[in-house]
Amino acid sequence: MDFLAEARWSPYLVGIGIGILSWLTFLISQKPLACSTTFAKSSGMIERALRGKKVADKPYYKEIKLDIDWQFMLVIGIIIGALVSALLSGDFKLQWVPSLWATTFGGAILPRFIGALVGGIFIGFGARWADGCTSGHGISGTMQLAVSSWISAICFFIGGIITAQIIF
Amino acid sequence: MSKSNTKKNSQLIWGLIFGIIFGFLLQKGGVTKYDVIVGQLLLVDQTVLIIMLSAVLTGMIGIHAFKAFGLVKLAPKSGSIGQNVFGGLIFGIGFALLGYCPGTIAGAIGNGYLDALTGGLAGIMIGAGLFAALYPQLRPKILKVGNFGDLTLPRLFKVNDWVVVIPVALLIFLLLLFLR
Repeated sequence: MDFLAEARWSPYLVGIGIGILSWLTFLISQKPLACSTTFAKSSGMIERALRGKKVADKPYYKEIKLDIDWQFMLVIGIIIGALVSALLSGDFKLQWVPSLWATTFGGAILPRFIGALVGGIFIGFGARWADGCTSGHGISGTMQLAVSSWISAICFFIGGIITAQIIF
Repeated sequence: MSKSNTKKNSQLIWGLIFGIIFGFLLQKGGVTKYDVIVGQLLLVDQTVLIIMLSAVLTGMIGIHAFKAFGLVKLAPKSGSIGQNVFGGLIFGIGFALLGYCPGTIAGAIGNGYLDALTGGLAGIMIGAGLFAALYPQLRPKILKVGNFGDLTLPRLFKVNDWVVVIPVALLIFLLLLFLR
C-alpha cells in the first residue's frame, strides 16, 4: 500500500480516478460532482443564525434551500479525504502564505489574507452568478456536454489567465 | 424512521464517502495547492488542465454509455450568455486571486493551508451572500439575457450523443498528448 503514502500521483491517473468517481455519483446518487452551492447554503445558514428566520425567505435561498444535503456532505468529505491523503504522505503543513504568492508579494500574512478574502468574494459571487464552479461546470457539466458548462469553463480560464498575467 | 428518511440518510453517507475519495484524489493530484493552480493560470504548470481533461474524457464516455443503457439520467445545467459569460469571468478573477476554487479550497483546508481556511472561506461565503442579496435585481436584468435553457451540444447540432462524444474524446486525447 506504499502508493497511498506517495505525495503526488500522476495527474492522468488522478483525472481518470475522478472520471470513474463521477460514474459512481451518477449511478448511485443520481448526482454530478459539484461544490459551490454548499458555500451559498453555508452563508445563508450563518446569516439565518445571526439575523433570524426571515433570511431563509430571500428568493435565492428559497430556490437553493438552506439544508445539509448530499453535496454539503461531499464538501465535508473533501476536507477529510485531503487531510488523510496529506497525513499519509507527510505533506500536511500549516501554512499561511503559498510560496508563489511570497515571491511576488512577500511572506507577510496580512496581504495574503486580504488577497484570499477578495479573491474568495469574486469566486463566491461568480460561482453563484454562473451557477457552478470548476467541478460542477468544469468537470461534471462539460462531460455531460452542457452548453452552459462549456461556456462557463472557458470563461473561468479566460478570466483566470488574464488576471494571473496582470497580478504576477 | 420512514423509508424516505432512511433513503435520504444513506444518500448523505454516500455524499460523504464520495467526498472523501474526491478530496483524496485532489490532494494526490496536487491541486489543493495554490502554486499548482496559479501555475496553471500562468501557463507554466499543466497539472490542473491534465486532471480536468482526463476526468472529462473518462467521465464523458462512461456516463453516455450508462445513459444509452438507461442506467443514469443526466442533468445538464440551464444557462444563458448573461449568466455563464459574466459569471464565468468574475469567477476567473477570483480563481487567480484566491488560487483555489470551491472544491479545491475544501481540499486546501484539509491540507493545512490557513489562507484557505480563513480569508478564502470567509470570502466565498461573503460573495455568495452578496449574490443572494442582489439576486432579485440580477435575475431579470442579466441572468436571463441570451437564455438557452439546459441545451447540450448534441441537441444544439441535432445529432446523436455519440456524434459529439467521439470527436470531443479524440480532441481531448490529442490535447492530453500535446500537454505531456
